[in-house]
Amino acid sequence: MNIVVLVKQVPDSSAERSLRTDDNTVDRGSASNVINEMDEYAIEEALRIQEAHGGEVTILTMGPEGASESIRKALSMGPDRAVHVLDDALHGSCALATSKVLAAALGTLGADLVLCGAESTDGRVQVMPHMLAERLGIAALTGARKLTVEGGSLTIERQTEEGYEVVAASTPAIVSVWDTINEPRYPSFKGIMAAKKKPVRTLSLADLGVAPDEVGAGGASSAVVEHSKRPPRSGGQKVNDEGEGGVKLVEFLASEKFV
Amino acid sequence: MAEVLVVVEHSGGEVKKVTLEMLTLARELGTPAAVVLGGPGTAAPLVDKLSEYGAAKVYAGESADLDGYLVAPKAAVLADLVRSVSPAAVLLGSTQEGKEIAGRLAVKLDNGLLADVTALAADGTATQVVFAGSTIVKSQVTRGLPLATVRPNSLTPAPAPTTAEVAPLEVAVDDSAKLARVVERKVEPKGARPELTEASVVVSGGRGVGNADNFKLVEELADLLGGAVGASRAAVDSGFYPHQFQVGQTGKTVSPQLYVALGISGAIQHRAGMQTSKTIVAVNKDAEAPIFELADFGVVGDLFKVVPQAAEEIRKRK
Repeated sequence: MNIVVLVKQVPDSSAERSLRTDDNTVDRGSASNVINEMDEYAIEEALRIQEAHGGEVTILTMGPEGASESIRKALSMGPDRAVHVLDDALHGSCALATSKVLAAALGTLGADLVLCGAESTDGRVQVMPHMLAERLGIAALTGARKLTVEGGSLTIERQTEEGYEVVAASTPAIVSVWDTINEPRYPSFKGIMAAKKKPVRTLSLADLGVAPDEVGAGGASSAVVEHSKRPPRSGGQKVNDEGEGGVKLVEFLASEKFV
Repeated sequence: MAEVLVVVEHSGGEVKKVTLEMLTLARELGTPAAVVLGGPGTAAPLVDKLSEYGAAKVYAGESADLDGYLVAPKAAVLADLVRSVSPAAVLLGSTQEGKEIAGRLAVKLDNGLLADVTALAADGTATQVVFAGSTIVKSQVTRGLPLATVRPNSLTPAPAPTTAEVAPLEVAVDDSAKLARVVERKVEPKGARPELTEASVVVSGGRGVGNADNFKLVEELADLLGGAVGASRAAVDSGFYPHQFQVGQTGKTVSPQLYVALGISGAIQHRAGMQTSKTIVAVNKDAEAPIFELADFGVVGDLFKVVPQAAEEIRKRK
């Protein structure tokens, strides 16, 4: 089974993040950039399927030059090769345009299974798997906490508000995973060394047959018109518990009419 | 006035609160029209509630195909409806299903998507709160109509009683939309507590709660306040509480009237999921815990002393 894992480089969510003031896009220059955490679970799941069923695992990333760092990091976990969609015209692309480009790239790779994280920590929009499925005419099984592969049949379990659902599809399909699905491995020293030699193919928009005016800020279907830092919440009253902290807490709740 | 389509979120024959919020919002943008998508017989029990909150029309798309497959058939029916009525806007809940339908709809209509909005102005400008609640963004679609997913608890639903006209929708689902088949739906008992993302009070426990058994304390306070129970990632990763109750990045985003954080230090990833709560209260042993920077009221102390005392005090006052 040939598997493609979508990997997105994002600004580190444990640090300060912001939007640029010149073009309203995510500021990647000042932030430290990392693999979207949820994507590591997708890579791990791909490697486990490969271990059980064979085939190749390919990382697919769309992003600026600097994303190659995250690609090497992803490869150090064990995948065989990577494809980096890199083109200056992509800067400022909306989700819709991103899905168009990724769908074109997936079209050239012919995967049986596409895996990705359920959401990215920067956008948190969760729409990419369904956008891609819609464009590629394949099934999307989203939000998996468990994935079973039997031949060309895929079955997932996914959490719902009411309980959980079991959903099935045949390959080719795209599956997005939550962090409850597995525990990603740490890259070994050997893996890190091997990753340096693994093939990374760069594809431009021209390679994919996508016109530059369909993507980027110019081709975006939505646009940020303004942004501002939310005034930080200021801490209110803080009391030390000297035997009546619980009562004081309730007095506060009562003053706010919660009790 | 043009119609504003509100895709109805429902569960067990009841309209979910986020739908009432969307109907309230829709009234500012045009004439609210609810769209019910589900198996046969789904719409009838929902119509009264939708009317009460101002739905002038209820489009009823009912078919076993809408229920038996993941979102693709719903997106197909909705796309047909949008093409035929040319609404002023389309609103969906910012829930797993709402976002998934919206993503497909955006592709089908080649229409921009405004995700997880907390407000939508009449001119189509959406407000979003991003990056762990640190940044406010105003955005618009530049192609198509305002298509937005609305974050639950972003506004207070207000009734505006009317009598909805029920309009059945033709549901013809192509095989290409039937690729992800729902094999089984398991309902797990969840008791009387409100749903986490919709609750007006959320009481969450963190690593400081210590173990799964001690979460009874968190549950007790939640029940006394009529709230839902949440948990930090540290608590979930330690196995104290199930993942579906996780608040923060890689979990749920909540925006209740009152958020109570017990034994939660307040790492930025947790704050990402609760920072827009109206009132925040915290109990933590560590006076330096970052959660106190956000808390309107904080108690520095042992939660195993403070919480039982607070519970007792609430009971006394009831």
